[in-house]
Amino acid sequence: MADVMLLDFWASPFGQRCRIALAEKGVAYEYSEQNLEQKSELLLRSNPVHKKIPVLLHGGRPVCESLIILTYIDEAWPEMMPLLPRDPYARAQARFWANYIDNKIVDCQTRLLTTKGEAQEQAKKDMIGALKTLDSELGDKDYFGGQAFGFVDVAFVTLTPWFYTYEKYGDFSVEEHCPRIVAWAARCRERESVAKALTDPEKVYEIVQEEYGAN
Amino acid sequence: TACTTQTQTQIDRDPKQPGAMAGEKGLVLLDFWVSPFGQRVRIALAEKGLPYEYAEEDLMAGKSDRLLRANPVHKKIPVLLHDGRPVNESLIILQYLEDAFPDAPALLPSDPYARAQARFWADYVDKKVYDCGSRLWKLKGEPQAQARAEMLDILKTLDGALGDKPFFGGDKFGFVDAAFAPFTAWFHSYERYGEFSLPEVAPKIAAWAKRCGERESVAKSLYSPDKVYDFIGLLKKKYGIE
Repeated sequence: MADVMLLDFWASPFGQRCRIALAEKGVAYEYSEQNLEQKSELLLRSNPVHKKIPVLLHGGRPVCESLIILTYIDEAWPEMMPLLPRDPYARAQARFWANYIDNKIVDCQTRLLTTKGEAQEQAKKDMIGALKTLDSELGDKDYFGGQAFGFVDVAFVTLTPWFYTYEKYGDFSVEEHCPRIVAWAARCRERESVAKALTDPEKVYEIVQEEYGAN
Repeated sequence: TACTTQTQTQIDRDPKQPGAMAGEKGLVLLDFWVSPFGQRVRIALAEKGLPYEYAEEDLMAGKSDRLLRANPVHKKIPVLLHDGRPVNESLIILQYLEDAFPDAPALLPSDPYARAQARFWADYVDKKVYDCGSRLWKLKGEPQAQARAEMLDILKTLDGALGDKPFFGGDKFGFVDAAFAPFTAWFHSYERYGEFSLPEVAPKIAAWAKRCGERESVAKSLYSPDKVYDFIGLLKKKYGIE
């Protein structure tokens, strides 16, 4: 077994976060595609509590939950490309916004894609509100952390291919409400680590329709 | 002592810094007496020997301007103000204290893998315990039975994670212990609503709870299980649940 292994699923935005972080840090690893319909012995052994990908195995020891994996990668390979800033207050802010993305955006996404009628209307309102909050937080900065690509950027950029799907299901334009986020996403995609990891937006839409039924 | 009694502080607001309370030096904790999330922070501050001002937010009466300014995104306690700047989310506050006060006793270990394990279990407690517990006292019939089954599973999982260690952190009281200890005051209520006995379901957790209760930081921060049970009764009335 390679020293560093990532148990992952090709289209998972959570797994992609880990791929980006490992690439940014220049860490060699073995990518292991997992069958989520028939979970492998290795996956179940590595993440017995949640039985989910991504799982990072370092020297055979598993780390689970994508944001925890990102923090681990940052601490295990501290010399290259720090993801979290040094300043304690800035670190707390980064953790707060990564948490916000995981709780708010992901929740809105689920409701937007799986509900109809009034529930879906509410999900759309909530999604637009959440994206605008992030747009405001980004402000005129190049990246969420300031001048350098960092923790929050990695956490959020893998959800940007899903914007097209949000727009189709919710009948709204992300760019209209959050032009800075759209510009930021394009800026992130210029990085090789990001370009290589992201799923094509059309493909995401295809997968979602297969998974949840057509819009 | 680590905290003053619960008094509202007069805060001079600097209108040029929304969210920041100008002139407010040191640590101020916006909190709600029975909140297990707020209690985590009280425990951590006590373990670290950090003085702070405790400011009670009467959530049953609504949310103050001060809270809404400090946490405009989630409008929730706890909020830790450090020299007027707000830090939100209890586990983020705990990690902030680690970073901002490196000379104080640490709750997280120094090894990256051990830190990842600690964060995992604190996250597990966050994702599972409060929500499942709430469903136990809010619901009836089949949904309550499901919540009960889940709660037993959660407690057994945590029992396994603790194993034969005195604390989740090993020999030392640590991050996961601080994250989970406040819920020891809720065990009695979970037992009553779920009709189970914690020592039977998760004996190691039951012993750990006693051990935590012997620590001054925990004993001073928590309210009695009976008080928590009464508080749940109040909540049920408020939500119109029989």
